Amino acid sequence: MADHGAQHETVTYPGARLPDRAYRVDANGVGIAVAEWGKEDDPVLMLVHGGFDFAATYDVFAPKIANRGFRVVAWDQRGHGDSDHAHLYCWDADLRDMRAVLDYVADGPIPVIGHSKGGSLIVQMADFEPHRFSHLVNIDGIPCKRRAPDISEHDRTKMLADEIGGWLDHRRQTAVASRKPDTLDGLAKRRQRINPRLSVDWLRYLVTRGGRLDADGWRWKLDPSMRFGGFGPWRPEWAQLRLPGIGAPFLGVLVTEQEEMGWGTTPDDLAGWVPPNGRIELVQGAGHFVHIEQPELVLDMVMDFLGCA
Amino acid sequence: MILLTHNRIQLALHELRCGDGTPLLLLHGLGEHSPARTPDSASAWTGPVYALDFTGHGQSTVPIGGGYTAEVLMADADTAVAHLGPSTIVGRGLGGYIAVLLAGARPALVRGAVIEDGPGSAGGGPAPTSQVLSTPVHTMKSPPDPFALYELSKDIRPPDYAANFARLAVQHSGLDVPLAVAARFRPAWLQAVADEAGVVECSVQAALELFSGARPTRSR
Repeated sequence: MADHGAQHETVTYPGARLPDRAYRVDANGVGIAVAEWGKEDDPVLMLVHGGFDFAATYDVFAPKIANRGFRVVAWDQRGHGDSDHAHLYCWDADLRDMRAVLDYVADGPIPVIGHSKGGSLIVQMADFEPHRFSHLVNIDGIPCKRRAPDISEHDRTKMLADEIGGWLDHRRQTAVASRKPDTLDGLAKRRQRINPRLSVDWLRYLVTRGGRLDADGWRWKLDPSMRFGGFGPWRPEWAQLRLPGIGAPFLGVLVTEQEEMGWGTTPDDLAGWVPPNGRIELVQGAGHFVHIEQPELVLDMVMDFLGCA
Repeated sequence: MILLTHNRIQLALHELRCGDGTPLLLLHGLGEHSPARTPDSASAWTGPVYALDFTGHGQSTVPIGGGYTAEVLMADADTAVAHLGPSTIVGRGLGGYIAVLLAGARPALVRGAVIEDGPGSAGGGPAPTSQVLSTPVHTMKSPPDPFALYELSKDIRPPDYAANFARLAVQHSGLDVPLAVAARFRPAWLQAVADEAGVVECSVQAALELFSGARPTRSR
């Protein structure tokens, strides 16, 4: 058997704090794992994680917000973290799951912070059900048109065919698929390929929170049927179209350092699209996970926006 | 009935008629299920005839908590084709849209696809609209899954997206005509498909006659 050396190791990270409460909410039969930091009678603030992440990616950021007097609520999206692996996944299903958590924790408008996919989800929810939110903070989660390389139409069609064929081949295997096991360090290093700006120490911590230790090693809890990338009819500009109509105060946080997991959206891309009660802040020298790279800076930005500075 | 596995779903594939040659695969419309016998429009087909119940329909698994997309149903149909081998497809309504997607995605395995009128043809239109996020109510204990009815009737179908799949079928199937539109109702996506070179408009019977001896007529 391979040596998974760190299997008994307790991994800590400076400033990271486990949730004060953890429980499950039923979302139309799908069990959603919810985590909370802070006092139960403090006002609720919700955090929404990005694709292929999980609530514990807020283990540093959430306690800082809780320390400012909020009951911080985050949940694992279906198929992520400790939530159920569902039969099916789609955008509307994620929105319904979000609503199930909102119904459980809040009976009035609350501030919400969404990162990446979570930022896009809250923009759409604010369009569907604007009464849910008092303030929206979107951390590098505003899609813009895909960066299209200058390639011929023939090659573009070939790329599309390869992408779809690859996805269908993947679907043929998912019934028996499992995430690839590795040592704790190995899983952290693999994660660093898509999170190149995050430290190995942080990623090792994340493995112990978003992964599980099986007999053959550590593997991410993420549903193996989920696949990075993909295709479909959805257009990134559709999310942008909803922005100007947002009525609640809106803070969009963008970054200068682009990486694979981000959209690469710039303030210029959003010129004319920012809602009347909104503003965009650009963080210099930070990447897609700016709230992990510079949690204090983003915290101050958010508190100032909420009037809690 | 043959049970096929697609991820956590058991799909019911029904053999309606046995025979020799290229299988004909029938894909039902939104909210429907496989027919009990071969439709009259396909009676002249000499090969075996099969019909697939999509996820959440007929005798296939009803998933928990929704999450439907047309692309996942395309993978349902791909699961059937993986079992049957190269097949000709007739799809009704939603099944017609799925047939176009699969014809583009698996051009070597789909030996002609016919799009018929049927429920769920229009989907959610070509672009997003103001929508309410509803949770479907189960008014019946049996399929179809109300989440399927709700989500797949909102499924957005941009014309250029569907046309891309038609183009892939035309370019990579090796068939001069890989798609036939028999439907009279033409939502924007289907009109875009019908407008593509290499797509014909004719009856189901005429299309099946065309596809019955379908062999690659040009190199891929």
